[in-house]
Amino acid sequence: MGASLKILPTLHKRQDELASGAAQLRALARVPLGRSFEASLADSGLLPLRATGIDILQVNVGKKCNQTCRHCHVDAGPDRTEMMPDEVVDAFLDVLESTDIPTLDITGGAPELHKRFDEIVIRARALGRRVIDRCNLTITRLPNYSYLPEFLGEHQVEITASLPYFKEGQTDSQRGDGVFRQSIEALQHLNEVGYGHPETGLVLNLVTNPVGAFLPGDQASMEVRWRRELRLRFGIEFNNLFTITNLPISRFLEYLVESGNLEDYMTRLVNAYNPAAAANVMCRNTLSVGWDGTLYDCDFNQMLELPLHAEAPRTILEFDRALLEGREIALGPHCYGCTAGAGSSCGGAVT
Amino acid sequence: MSDHYYAAPDLARFPEIGKEAPELAQAFFSWYGKVFEAGALTEREKALIALAVSHAVQCPYCIDAWTQGCLEKGSDAEEMTEAVHIAAAIRGGASLVHGVQMRNHIERLGM
Repeated sequence: MGASLKILPTLHKRQDELASGAAQLRALARVPLGRSFEASLADSGLLPLRATGIDILQVNVGKKCNQTCRHCHVDAGPDRTEMMPDEVVDAFLDVLESTDIPTLDITGGAPELHKRFDEIVIRARALGRRVIDRCNLTITRLPNYSYLPEFLGEHQVEITASLPYFKEGQTDSQRGDGVFRQSIEALQHLNEVGYGHPETGLVLNLVTNPVGAFLPGDQASMEVRWRRELRLRFGIEFNNLFTITNLPISRFLEYLVESGNLEDYMTRLVNAYNPAAAANVMCRNTLSVGWDGTLYDCDFNQMLELPLHAEAPRTILEFDRALLEGREIALGPHCYGCTAGAGSSCGGAVT
Repeated sequence: MSDHYYAAPDLARFPEIGKEAPELAQAFFSWYGKVFEAGALTEREKALIALAVSHAVQCPYCIDAWTQGCLEKGSDAEEMTEAVHIAAAIRGGASLVHGVQMRNHIERLGM
C-alpha cells in the first residue's frame, strides 16, 4: 500500500511563467479565434451571462496533492503549500449554516490533505447537505489516509473520482506512473465499503478527461463501455461516468503550448460551441471559493485569478447571497471548454 | 498554388467543394453525417471502420480526421492500430489472393 508515484515539479516550483493566471490569460489572448466567447454568447442571446442561483458551493481547500497530473488546471502537487486557513473554513461553514445551499463540493489539490477535511465533512453532513469529495483515489492508499473509504461511507459523502481510462498506459501517462494500479485498488476498496452499488446509496462517480488534445466522447455510450470493461477486468462497479473537457489552463495549457496543439485545440473548442451547453454552464449555479477565501465563478477562473464581476463581493467573508445570485459571470476564451459539444462541467456533460 | 499535392490546412477547406455544385455537396455532406450517426453500430465502431478504410484508400485527410474522430469517440491507440492492421490485411490478402489468377494463367500457358 502507498508505493510511491512518479511526481513532477509543478509550474509553481519551476517558476514557470504559466504559473501565473495573468500569464495564462495573455497566452490565451494571443490565440487567434474565429469568434470571441462573448460574441458566441451574444449570438445565443446569453450575453451578459448571469448566474441563476447558488446550488453548489465549491470550495478549493488547498493546492497540495500527492499527484502531479499533466493536465491539472490547478497546478497542484506535493510542493504546493497553499491551504485554506481556519478563518476561511469557518466562514464557508457559516455560509452553509446560514443558507439552504444544498451541495458542498470539496476540491483541491487532494482535499483530504486539509487538516480540517474530516470536520468539514461532518459539519456539512450534520446540516443535511449533499457533500461531494473530488477524490484522486490514490490518496486512500497512503497509510495516514487509508481510513477515508470507511469514513466517507459512514458520512454518506458522494465521491467523484478521476480515472481517465480503464487501461494503465493512458491513465499513467496523464496522472503519473503507478497511479492506475493504485486507483484500481482504491476503487475495489470503495466497492467493498458499498460505494458504486446502487442499492447502498453510496455514490461513486468516475471522471474521464481526454488523455491529449481532443474532446471527450459521448458520455452515455462511454459509460456503457466503461461499466462493461471495469466489471470484466477488475470487478469494479460505479454509478456514473462524467466526461470532462480539458480546459486550456495551467499544466494542460503548458502541454498544449509545448506540443504545438494550442491553436488547433482552441479552434476545435470554438467550432464545437453549442448554445444549449452554454445555457447550462456550471458557473450559473455554482459559487467557487479559493483557498484564501476569494470568490470566483468557477474553479477554472480561480486558477486564472479571474475575479468575480466588480459588483459582487470579493471574499467568502463578505458573502451576500442576493448580490451573488444575480452576478454577471467573468468570461474568457477558456470558457469555450465548457460549451464544446455536449458541454462540460464538474458533473460531466450538460446537455 | 503550392508545390505539393497534399497540405494539412486543405482538410478544413473541404466545404469549398460546394462552390461549384452546392446541391451535390449538400447531399454528400448530409449523407456523410447520417452515415456516422449511431445506428445498429455505435459511433465509436463506425469511427474505427472509417479509420481502417482511410488507410485502405490511403487518404491523408481521412487519416487525420478519423484519428481525431476515433480518439474523440473513446478509442485508444491499441484498438486503432488493430483497425489499421485489418485494412492492411485486407489489402495484402487482396493482392495475394490474385495469385490464384496467376496460377490459372500458368496452368493455361504451361505444358
